[in-house]
Amino acid sequence: MVQVGLTHFLVISAILFSLGIFGIVTRKNAVMVLMGLELILNSANINFVAFSRYGNFGLNGQVVALFVIVLAAAEAAIALAIVLNIYKTFATVNVDEIDKLKE
Amino acid sequence: MTEALLLNISLVILLLPLLGFTTLILLGKKIPGSHWIETFFMFLALCLSVYVGFGKLAFFTGVSLVKEATWIQLWNIPVLGNLQIDLGIKIDNLTAIMLFVVTLISFLVHIFSLEYMKGDSRFSRYYAYLGIFTFSMLGIVLTHNILMMYIAWELVGISSYLLIGFWFEKKSASDASKKAFLVNRVGDTGMFIGIMILFTNYHTFTFDTIYAQIAQGHLPFNSPAWLTAAGIMIFMGAVGKSAQFPLHVWLPDAMEGPTPVSALIHAATMVAAGVYLIARVFVMLTADAMLTIAIVGMVTSFIAATIALTQNDIKKVLAYSTVSQLGYMVMAMGVGAYQYAFFHLVTHAFFKACLFLGSGSVIYAMHHEQDLRKMGGLRKKMPITYAAFLISTLAISGVPFTSGFLSKDGILAGTYAFASLTGHWMIPAVAFLVALMTAFYMFRLVILTFHGTPRDQERHDHAHESPFVMAMPLVVLSVLSVFFWYGLNPANPSTGWFLDKWVKTPTSIVPQGQRFDFMKSEVKETASAEKTAAGSTEAVVHSEHYMHAMHQAHYPAMGLSIILGGLGILLAFSMYQWKKIDPDKLAEKLGPIYRFSLNKWYIDELYGATFIGGALALSRLLAWFDKYVVDGLVNGAASLTRGVSKLGGLFDTYVVDGLVNFTAYLSGFIGIFFRKFQTGKVQTYVVFVIFSVIILLFIFRPFGF
Repeated sequence: MVQVGLTHFLVISAILFSLGIFGIVTRKNAVMVLMGLELILNSANINFVAFSRYGNFGLNGQVVALFVIVLAAAEAAIALAIVLNIYKTFATVNVDEIDKLKE
Repeated sequence: MTEALLLNISLVILLLPLLGFTTLILLGKKIPGSHWIETFFMFLALCLSVYVGFGKLAFFTGVSLVKEATWIQLWNIPVLGNLQIDLGIKIDNLTAIMLFVVTLISFLVHIFSLEYMKGDSRFSRYYAYLGIFTFSMLGIVLTHNILMMYIAWELVGISSYLLIGFWFEKKSASDASKKAFLVNRVGDTGMFIGIMILFTNYHTFTFDTIYAQIAQGHLPFNSPAWLTAAGIMIFMGAVGKSAQFPLHVWLPDAMEGPTPVSALIHAATMVAAGVYLIARVFVMLTADAMLTIAIVGMVTSFIAATIALTQNDIKKVLAYSTVSQLGYMVMAMGVGAYQYAFFHLVTHAFFKACLFLGSGSVIYAMHHEQDLRKMGGLRKKMPITYAAFLISTLAISGVPFTSGFLSKDGILAGTYAFASLTGHWMIPAVAFLVALMTAFYMFRLVILTFHGTPRDQERHDHAHESPFVMAMPLVVLSVLSVFFWYGLNPANPSTGWFLDKWVKTPTSIVPQGQRFDFMKSEVKETASAEKTAAGSTEAVVHSEHYMHAMHQAHYPAMGLSIILGGLGILLAFSMYQWKKIDPDKLAEKLGPIYRFSLNKWYIDELYGATFIGGALALSRLLAWFDKYVVDGLVNGAASLTRGVSKLGGLFDTYVVDGLVNFTAYLSGFIGIFFRKFQTGKVQTYVVFVIFSVIILLFIFRPFGF
């Protein structure tokens, strides 16, 4: 029986982070990019919780994770509102086409 | 009658013509008949001169009246030390006589011009010029220092220039005025050098102070040669102004001016200023300087007389006769016959002014015809002019009972005595020859003008006697050409008041060995220096043997001069009146000599070829130098600058601009390179961030792997 330890959580978290990055970088749809972002946030949450459990930090990590979840909800609301506005302006949510910043 | 009164009056005399000049030059055109103002001023000046002359000669015969004021006073000038320049008036007998001569002739010329110049478009200006001339001439006469004299000298030069070129519309007149001015400058430069020699040594311009120092044995630069040089240099001024050879060429040309002007300036007064100048510096002339002066005078009188023989223009004959007579006076100064030189100056002023005004009258009657060959037979038509002209001609020819006889005889005797003492027999020989020629050409002039039959009938028919204002001056001047104004004895002037009382040869102050011994009496050797210092230069100065020689020379010279004068007159009559000798055939026979004389010894041509041609060649050379060397330098500098700036431009274009452009190009290139990363897509940036973080992790290895 393998003892589940900190390393496992960190690996899961790293995988999740990588998947999040991958999602952000490769998805064309803005909503999908946002979802990748959620993945990254959640990987961070896992780290917080894991270090809270195995580290000598008390419950600080748990609390921060809760904050992050709340923040993520707010962020998702704002980000989706931005996406809606983008759609209104450009009639698309494809992030490749929205490169006006370049100009 | 006090000294101060006379001096103040003479100051008034000096300034009256100047007042006339300023009035006329400023207001001449606004006041109708403004020339009367100037004429009136001259009349006033004449009256005052008579008063001053009378007062001086009657009551102050033996003393000089001097009044001076400091003009410039500077202390401690580097090199010069104290510098004090005085201006002042000195009236001695010479001055008193000259005052009268100048104002009288000037006044008569003013009167004469009323008619002669009538209708001229610049009538009032003409009178203004006469005024400035008279002022300057009086300045020369009255001054007691050589600086003021030099100033007046130049003023005379400029007024002469203005009057010669009065009809400047005529090319010949404007040329003549320029010639007169330039030739005079040559002489004046010499005079200036002479003045500077004296000033450098004595630090003063006042004649008497300078002479006092010379008399004490203080010579310029301690050398008698410098004293000679100073004398000759100052004499240069006289050479220019009195038209002596080789600077005589301007005077005949000056006849382009109005005839009354010729009478006033170029016969009677201005040209006599040179002789007056020699009289003023006479005491400091060394033997060498005097001999130089005598020879220059001799050469001048001879050349001018030979030229006068053949001239066909009535005024040219008179002009050369003037030059010749001036040569006489200068020669007389040179041989030490001071009294007679001055005497001749005065008598010549009167009879030559009369001759010129007479010729003016003739020219006026002939409607401005001056050629002798077109005149003749005017005696009946113009009796007054003829009489006056004839008397003056007798005077200049040296016929007894005229003033000219007295003065000329004195000069001839002077040269004779000089020769007998020093052995320069050339001088009296030439002097007697000139006397012969003078009589000849003057009577040739009279006969051709007044006698015989008219050669231009039409002009002769229109000729008429001149009006009163023109005849009156002629009469006055011809009367003054008679002997009794100067002394009662018509044969020996030295007993007359003019020479016996008024004009005395001043004592020479030149140290012994440098002067002619006869210029100083043996008895008064010691006393004379102090006398000169005290300002009294009136002592009788000739040594006994000079007086003796002069006395011995007197009657032979007189006899010879009468014979030669008579011979000249006879010759003139036989050639032109009685036609015994045909002048044309004679001229043909004497071909080259005749042409030599007719063409004025080719002196003008010689000057044209040498000095004028030389000056032109020099100026061409300088122009060439200017064009090619100076301009070349300037242009060279310009093209050098242009080359340098072109190089600089190239450097600028290629190196500096290249650097700048390169910088710009580089940043542009970098910009273009980095622009590719700036996609505007957040995703790309994220990729960059991640790869960068990974790279940073590999570089810094924070976790130890």
